[in-house]
Amino acid sequence: MRVLIMAKEGNQSGAATPPTPEAMAEYQKFDEELVKAGVVLEAGRLHPSSQGKRVRFDGKKRTVIDGPFAEAKELVAGYWLWQVRSIDEALEWLKRAPYEGGTFEVREVAEYEGM
Amino acid sequence: MTAATEAHRAIEAIWRIESARLMAGLARVVGDIGTAEELAQDALVAALEQWPTEGVPERPGAWLMSTAKHRAIDLIRRRKTLERKHEEIGRDLARDQEGLDMDKATGEEVGDDLLGLIFTACHPVLSKDARVALTLRVLGGLTTEEIARAFLLPVSTIAQRIVRAKRTLAEAHVRFAIPEGAERKARLAAVLEVIYLIFNEGFSATAGNDWVRPALCEEALRLGRILAELTPSEPEVHGVVALMEIQASRLRARVGPSGEPVLLLDQDRAHWDRLLIRRGLAALERAERLGGALGPYALQAAIAACHARAATAAETDWMRIVALYDAVAQLAPSPVVELNRAVAVGMAFGPGAGLDLVDALVGEPSLKSYHLLPAVRGDLLRKLGRSKEARAEFERAASLTENLRERELLQKRAAECAAERMEQVSDSD
Repeated sequence: MRVLIMAKEGNQSGAATPPTPEAMAEYQKFDEELVKAGVVLEAGRLHPSSQGKRVRFDGKKRTVIDGPFAEAKELVAGYWLWQVRSIDEALEWLKRAPYEGGTFEVREVAEYEGM
Repeated sequence: MTAATEAHRAIEAIWRIESARLMAGLARVVGDIGTAEELAQDALVAALEQWPTEGVPERPGAWLMSTAKHRAIDLIRRRKTLERKHEEIGRDLARDQEGLDMDKATGEEVGDDLLGLIFTACHPVLSKDARVALTLRVLGGLTTEEIARAFLLPVSTIAQRIVRAKRTLAEAHVRFAIPEGAERKARLAAVLEVIYLIFNEGFSATAGNDWVRPALCEEALRLGRILAELTPSEPEVHGVVALMEIQASRLRARVGPSGEPVLLLDQDRAHWDRLLIRRGLAALERAERLGGALGPYALQAAIAACHARAATAAETDWMRIVALYDAVAQLAPSPVVELNRAVAVGMAFGPGAGLDLVDALVGEPSLKSYHLLPAVRGDLLRKLGRSKEARAEFERAASLTENLRERELLQKRAAECAAERMEQVSDSD
């Protein structure tokens, strides 16, 4: 199955504090481990929500809203698309990530019926 | 969910993640994968006993490894009293013990162990069936039951294959190692063959009621992706990954609403998985950049890429596909390749030209019971308006396939030919 991991780091409305070189090295190591295990299909980081837009639909009306957005803790800062055998496997991988804070949401991608 | 069930689910997931590395690390120390697997299983049993009550350890992989290592030392000490020659291995073990925590092993060491495990599981002394079963078991972390289910075989058959495979490796004194020099190329080809066999069984199931079994494709892709990271400079590894990624991109489009097969040119290309196509094309580019454009898998991937790049079936570059099949035929001539080439020639230069090539294959002994020969011939005959002959070919093809869904499709083609024949007869009245 495929799962989408969304990193909700908070404090993404403005410029994020850059991580220390040590922390970056840790993230990179974890990323490499995932790639080596054949788990990562795709990964990406998003620019801060101050550069983002929202389009609100209301009947025929469309309203474009400029960032930054207020609900800082719910904002997606990055994502991974993983190929795993179960949600449990995704959780076991995720628990190993070297993050000190933030929330990561794990959602299964709806696909054709696998075995 | 109770804490115990939760722990069991976590153990199952951890096992999937850790088992290959665990067995690889153990195999390096004890020298054979049979013993390594038993030790790993012992560690799993210990986890199943302890984790539900004591909780999952913070570093489960390291826990499993140190538990298995302790058992390895016990085992070797016991053996040592029987056979003094194992003394040396025992000493290695004791020395390694502190350093063998998997978290401390360098990435390169873990990679080498995994590579050794892959080469050993795909060792040429084993039959292909045995290699497939052993690879899924020790590298995929699948249980015997899961492998049996995937191949629609009785559990006892798979269990036996694995037991025999381990015995064969032991009897042939196959040491756990990465082959070098000239041997490496042939052994790597054997590994790729096993991975692609697993993929193909999922992609065009040879037996049973389902046309595709995506879980097997996913296992094969995972193995391929892991191998590509372990051997980044081997062009053919990227070639086989490219081939699998591109073929897997069509899995969704390959099955109709009621489970019936939909052939390549009839597929709704909007259902092709763009992500896998992109990954496949990138892998192909990697293979080509490494000078491997003419490897057998890279060539097949290049053919698959021609289809992937065409927005509609009509836009397919058949001339290029014919040229690529020419290259495949030069490299590894076989009647099946000739048959595929004939299909491409039929598309590029007209059904008559394709039929000439297929007719030359009709007497070929190795294709005697290959259902795709009459299926292709039927298709070409039908395009030439020879419906009566086409119908007979489709019926013959239907009688030769073992797959229920494919048989239904071929029978449908035969019925369509019969209807066309009726029209032709009434037209001529």
